[in-house]
Amino acid sequence: MTNQDLRQAQSQQPILDVQGLTKLFGGVKAQDNISFSIEPGIVCGLIGPNGAGKTTLFNMITGIYAPDNGQVIFNGRNTRKMAVHQLVKAGIARTFQHVELFGSMTLLENVLVGMHVRTRCGFWGAVTRFPWVNREEKAAVEKAESLLEFTGLIDDAHKPAGDLPVGRQKTAEIARALASDPLLLLLDEPAAGLNAVETENLGQLIRAVKDRGVTMMLVEHDMSLAMGISDKVIVLDQGRKLAQGTPREIQNDEAVMAAYLGG
Amino acid sequence: MQEIIQYLFSGITTGAIYAVIAVGLSMLYSSTELINFAHGEFVMVGAMAMVTFWVHLAWPLPLAILAAMALGCTLGLLFERFAIRTAKASNPIVLVIITVGASIFLRGTGMLAWGKDPFSVPSFSSHESIEILGAALLPQSIWIVLGAIGLAGGIHFFLKKTLTGKAMVACAVNQKAAWLSGIPSERMAVLAFAISTGCGAIAGIFIAPITMSSYDMGTILGLKGFCAAMIGGLGSLWGAFAGGILLGVLESLGAGLISSGLKDAIAFILLLLILYIRPGGLFAAKEAKRF
Amino acid sequence: MSDKLSARSRARIENSIFLAAVILLGLVTENTYYLQIMTFIGINTLLALGLNMLMGYAGQVSLGHAAFYGIGAYATAILSGTYALSPWLALICAVGGAVLVAFIVGLPTLRLSGYYLGMGTLGFGMIVNILFREWSSVTGGASGFVGIPVLEAGPMVFMSGKSYFFLVWAVVLAAILICRRILRSRMGRALRAIHDGENAALAVGVNTHYLKLKVFMFAAALGAVAGFLYAHFVLFISPESFGFMVSVKMVTMVVIGGMASIWGALLGAGLLTLLPEVLHGFAEYEMIVFGLVLMLVMIFMPQGLTRGFLDIYHASRKKRQ
Ligand SMILES: Nc1ncnc2c1ncn2[C@@H]1O[C@H](COP(=O)(O)OP(=O)(O)OP(=O)(O)O)[C@@H](O)[C@H]1O
Ligand SMILES: [Mg+2]
Repeated sequence: MTNQDLRQAQSQQPILDVQGLTKLFGGVKAQDNISFSIEPGIVCGLIGPNGAGKTTLFNMITGIYAPDNGQVIFNGRNTRKMAVHQLVKAGIARTFQHVELFGSMTLLENVLVGMHVRTRCGFWGAVTRFPWVNREEKAAVEKAESLLEFTGLIDDAHKPAGDLPVGRQKTAEIARALASDPLLLLLDEPAAGLNAVETENLGQLIRAVKDRGVTMMLVEHDMSLAMGISDKVIVLDQGRKLAQGTPREIQNDEAVMAAYLGG
Repeated sequence: MQEIIQYLFSGITTGAIYAVIAVGLSMLYSSTELINFAHGEFVMVGAMAMVTFWVHLAWPLPLAILAAMALGCTLGLLFERFAIRTAKASNPIVLVIITVGASIFLRGTGMLAWGKDPFSVPSFSSHESIEILGAALLPQSIWIVLGAIGLAGGIHFFLKKTLTGKAMVACAVNQKAAWLSGIPSERMAVLAFAISTGCGAIAGIFIAPITMSSYDMGTILGLKGFCAAMIGGLGSLWGAFAGGILLGVLESLGAGLISSGLKDAIAFILLLLILYIRPGGLFAAKEAKRF
Repeated sequence: MSDKLSARSRARIENSIFLAAVILLGLVTENTYYLQIMTFIGINTLLALGLNMLMGYAGQVSLGHAAFYGIGAYATAILSGTYALSPWLALICAVGGAVLVAFIVGLPTLRLSGYYLGMGTLGFGMIVNILFREWSSVTGGASGFVGIPVLEAGPMVFMSGKSYFFLVWAVVLAAILICRRILRSRMGRALRAIHDGENAALAVGVNTHYLKLKVFMFAAALGAVAGFLYAHFVLFISPESFGFMVSVKMVTMVVIGGMASIWGALLGAGLLTLLPEVLHGFAEYEMIVFGLVLMLVMIFMPQGLTRGFLDIYHASRKKRQ
């Protein structure tokens, strides 16, 4: 992304606007007045030492935890009153730090569940199997297969997700998340547990997803991946936002260095 | 007025018994997250043991009470050792079904041991009933209420002041952390079982003189204790106690003033109301989890 | 693709075997007592099937399911017995009523995690049972309701052992097919997703609360249908048939047979209907043996008998090799 692109992106309305988020767990301030915004189309790295509050931030953006204070504006809408599934429908998807696939279901079925908010067959549809139900099902399967093709998992489409190696499961989570046609995709440590080759492939996949116009937030401990792929990086430490800027700016930031070197 | 006081007296008496049952259930829940559907059967065992030890064998009262309590605790320990601990289940529904099986088993055993006929047990002391504002207060009621308060106070003291009790609370709050800090959480679960079923037996000992005791008395008492524990907030000691008293009083007033046929429904209506309005219970510190 | 095809054709084979077995048993059996027992197994299978969807997939337990069974039975008894409505219309009312009640009970309790539905249904079941017993002007009270008409459909009269046997098992077969269709659909995938990981299902956009509510209402509907069939079969109903222990027995059928398995529901219903019949001979020991069997199965085969036996079978085959 050139500087000009970046400036253009910044002039647009942000897709995600986080304002003063605070979350307490007992006495621990897992989030302390976090604010930032993300422009559409970019990849935003989110880094920070263990326990910094990265996953907690994702859980609040996706509506799983309610913040104690502050708010999240997604695509111009305040998400405070929205339920998790409504947020997914509005266009927020995520993957999990620890793989959370539906282990006994096949990969294809996992992706189909990811499409839940974009399909509508309910109880009566299932029982009557009207033609529209079959059409919807067929279209869904085709789309799921194309997603598996896109992520390179098509060979395993009919294997139970729980039987796959970790690397493929991690990718499968991305496929499942993409199935809901997200505008914003939150990736929580997608490279954890991957070897060098797999990490390389993952980088390419993330770029391909970006080319599809999906905005991403990426939590990553692998610095070369995070810095290489992000347009913008936010650093959290002990629940506070430490710094924000381009990867280059962050790499030269003293406060960040101190936090990472155990300051 | 006089009537209402009379209802209050009897309500507080049965309420104290519900409270003891609820405290037992709640104790066990907070340290093992298990809801014991056999709990009512331990109440039955306590009451029937009084029939045997005190009425039939004519043991002295304190000895009979101790023996009945010991029987409750022992059965609880056996149940924990041979059913709960042996179970390989990870699914809590399965553990609950095991307690259901135990309740049917104990009821069957009770029927075999004591037959199908109901028994009555005399009051602990033969004093005259005391008259207060025109309402009669039975000495047995005083025994029961004092006993219940003493028991709950004792458990409170145990949990708050003794090392073992504190360890048990730690286990209830966070089993993994407790395990990491070297607390033998398994032994704590055993202890919780013994105390819980002991409470059940004590409730049975209390109730024996004011009702007819039979092998099938336990189920409904267990369910009502369960309602009381939910009303007060499952896992909270004094919440369960207060829930029991509240349930007893409302039941007695409802039966007296509205209809005796609907008496048994009151507990369950309260349970539903609580679930609708305040699912964590009236006195619980924590809200029920949503996710 | 071949995996999926084989799963589908396997389901077809299973259904055909089941259908053939039912027809064969119905044609061969002449003994009315046996026919009666098998009819009861069918009714209990309906109850277990609905509960199995709720417990096995939605991960919720209902401890008052006998209430829906009772609502089905009493609704048809009162409407067709007292008010001479056609039983088939009464069936619609019974199912509609049960579903509505399930909605009201489930709406608040299913929002909470844990066993709040179990507790809510427990209380609800007890209240409904007390209502059956105390509202004697309508329900006949503790002594029961007499005067339920026999089911008729055109020239068919469902009275003899055989015709009722076939009626009940036709309904069971329909229910099995419906359950299968649900499990294979978008709704069923979401349900299985909840079974595998509720939090993940929620996070990918499944409205878990609403879905659980739908399954609960479905289970209630099947319960009401079972109650309807029961009432027109025995022609006399009383509150004991719908008490707390009956609810517990239903849950037991599901767990013993094996959760999240349609054939497990059938097996559980079969065993729990037969066991008391067998144990009648033991008279005094009936409860002890029943309780003991329940505990032992759950202790040593927590996945239920279907899975337990399969595991033993696989283990013994491995040993032989
Ligand atoms: N549900 C919870 N209850 C209590 N404390 C929590 C909960 N979730 C997170 N925390 C605490 O909040 C803090 C931030 O945790 P979080 O998981 O967000 O960190 P993280 O940045 O994702 O770390 P990691 O790199 O290890 O994944 C930690 O101290 C954690 O213990
Ligand atoms: Mg994390």
